[in-house]
Amino acid sequence: MSDNITITIDGVEIPAKQGQTIMQAADDAGVYIPRLCAYNGLEPHGSCRVCTIKINGRFQAACTQPVAPGAIIENETDEINDIRKSIVEMFFVEGNHFCMFCEKSGNCELQALAYRLKIPAPRYPFLWPDRQVDASHPDVIIDKNRCVLCGRCVRASKDLDGKDVFGFVGRGPDKQLAIDATARLVDTDLDVRDKAIDACPVGSIMKKRVGFAIPIGQRKYDKKPIGSDIEDKNK
Amino acid sequence: MSEKLRRVIIEPVTRVEGHGKVSILLDKENKVKQARLHIVEFRGFERFIKGRPFWEVPVLVQRLCGICPVSHHLAAAKAMDRIVGGEKLTPTAEKMRRLMHYGQFFQSHSLHFFHLVSPDLLFGFDADPAIRNVIGVAKKFPDLAVQGVMMRKFGQEVIKATAGKKIHGTGAIPGGVNKNLSIEERDFLLKDIDQMVVWARSALKIAKDYTVEHLEKLAPFGSFESNHMSIIRKDGAMDLYDGGLRAIDEDGNKIFDHVDNQLYTDYLIEEVRNWSYMKFPFIRSIGPENGWYRVGPLARINCCDFIDTPEAEAARKEFMAVTNNKPNNISMAYHWSRMIETLHSIEKIKQLLNDKDLQGNDLVVKGQRREHAVGIIEAPRGTLIHQYEVDENDQVVMANLIVSTTHNNEPMNRAVQKVANDHLSGVEITEGLLNHVEVAIRAYDPCLSCATHAMGKMPLTVELFDNEGNLLDRKSK
Ligand code: FES
Repeated sequence: MSDNITITIDGVEIPAKQGQTIMQAADDAGVYIPRLCAYNGLEPHGSCRVCTIKINGRFQAACTQPVAPGAIIENETDEINDIRKSIVEMFFVEGNHFCMFCEKSGNCELQALAYRLKIPAPRYPFLWPDRQVDASHPDVIIDKNRCVLCGRCVRASKDLDGKDVFGFVGRGPDKQLAIDATARLVDTDLDVRDKAIDACPVGSIMKKRVGFAIPIGQRKYDKKPIGSDIEDKNK
Repeated sequence: MSEKLRRVIIEPVTRVEGHGKVSILLDKENKVKQARLHIVEFRGFERFIKGRPFWEVPVLVQRLCGICPVSHHLAAAKAMDRIVGGEKLTPTAEKMRRLMHYGQFFQSHSLHFFHLVSPDLLFGFDADPAIRNVIGVAKKFPDLAVQGVMMRKFGQEVIKATAGKKIHGTGAIPGGVNKNLSIEERDFLLKDIDQMVVWARSALKIAKDYTVEHLEKLAPFGSFESNHMSIIRKDGAMDLYDGGLRAIDEDGNKIFDHVDNQLYTDYLIEEVRNWSYMKFPFIRSIGPENGWYRVGPLARINCCDFIDTPEAEAARKEFMAVTNNKPNNISMAYHWSRMIETLHSIEKIKQLLNDKDLQGNDLVVKGQRREHAVGIIEAPRGTLIHQYEVDENDQVVMANLIVSTTHNNEPMNRAVQKVANDHLSGVEITEGLLNHVEVAIRAYDPCLSCATHAMGKMPLTVELFDNEGNLLDRKSK
């Protein structure tokens, strides 16, 4: 049996290879599936569910679901987009996200998703949780107000940096990003060059004293919506 | 208080930015005992800033005020320059910031004059409120209304080109700026500059002619003698962006001069009064009773020795001649002085746009890190003070802001008291009294809530209470 198969996304046939995830096949074909916890170079995690698609009538996470010959996939439908929207809205109300003075604005994947999905305001009430800022490290700051628990830093620290700087504590709504076993970032072996820092999709883990050096308006998603890099492959 | 006092409450004040409440206390002879302007000010911000990384603050503080965000942006940036040891900016950085600042002055003063003040000046402030508003101006003086809109828009374009956005930009960063002015941006602004100068001249003429023509009536209106304060350039020139503090008394004698911004608390102190959320700053050496002072356009013109742009300097000389070169203490002269500054701002913008330094690429400097810093700037409404303490982890641990409207707190109370004294007879709340109180407050261009643009017509309610809080009379319009 050949490795090369065909799947259908929103009525368009695209080639895929056995062993790929649906997201990988879609990326190769220039079809963007929104995502948050998936990150190039890291094993998929399947936790945020922003990449929800419908395959043969069932909801699945595109970042973990393997391709199968002849699979019929729905991606850009009103139903699925509404689910994605509602998930992104939950991220906004579960943290304290103030895009207007966040230095990640314009480079933030959460904000970019909200723009791409056309979210004017969340449908859920804001929870305004009480979260901490850890500025103890000389070069890196963590603002837990903005953490979306995507786990990208946890995986990047382990898999890319060969360290174990980040982890989670608590469950459900109390789940929080924790640092190593100890309390403060300064007590870990985190280095400002670690890939775990770049893996943060939002303004939670940031290099210090960078701030607004790049003007708003000249940032990644100010110019093109999130997903454009993938879709441009199709042009 | 043992005397039976009655209280007249006027709220909200229309056509000031934000809203407040005025109450006038009467004694048992129904004479005005005291006037108070109650201001709801959002002080919670200082606590909100605590714990934030310092480089975020110049952007964050713009949320303090929907009206002069650029002033907060720049005052905080000036403080953070010192935190990173970068207070000696590169020419490109300093000129970009100045351009942004003059753009803010031009748009803020234009908005105030055309939208909020011109109805009073063009129709007279006794005129029927039904026509004495911005719609009335647009109907009767359509060209003027268009000028107001276009001048404001031009100022906003200057801000956009320097700060990145028309509101809540990010141009100033600790130690400098994050962009220069491109040739395209420069040329886009240059094409309208001469028209703006012409319009600024004509707005100045309206304010001047009105004041001179009605001087007899305006001179005593809500007026009182006071100290004045502003920052000043080393050579005594008006400088809206940077300089030491100067305070003068009502006769022009210097109380202090060229005070290092970092030492302002040695010269100024804030008093808390139980009936107002706003603090009352005063000059230490004089004390709370007489140490209060005015800030803003009138104070700046009074404080400076000269203005370094030719047309505004000529206008300043004319202005000072009215009071024989002594400080002008007329509340209603704020409008005239505000228009002198508008002309000064556009002259400065024109100079800067033709300055090649704005296309430079040397944008940021850094030096010895500090933990304490003060940044002072002249906002359109007056001196604005930002003070911060930043710990070794880069987090703000203390913030204290003194905004222009706070400095003018006592003066506005005095102005209201003066007007009430002169215009209240009996316990009847007349339309005339309401208008006069409003006009007096508006002269100071207060931004009362530091949050809203209340440009439209707001309902006005007046309440009369006896000293036990019983409602005696209520009037609305
Ligand atoms: S991207 Fe697939 S679950 Fe998060």
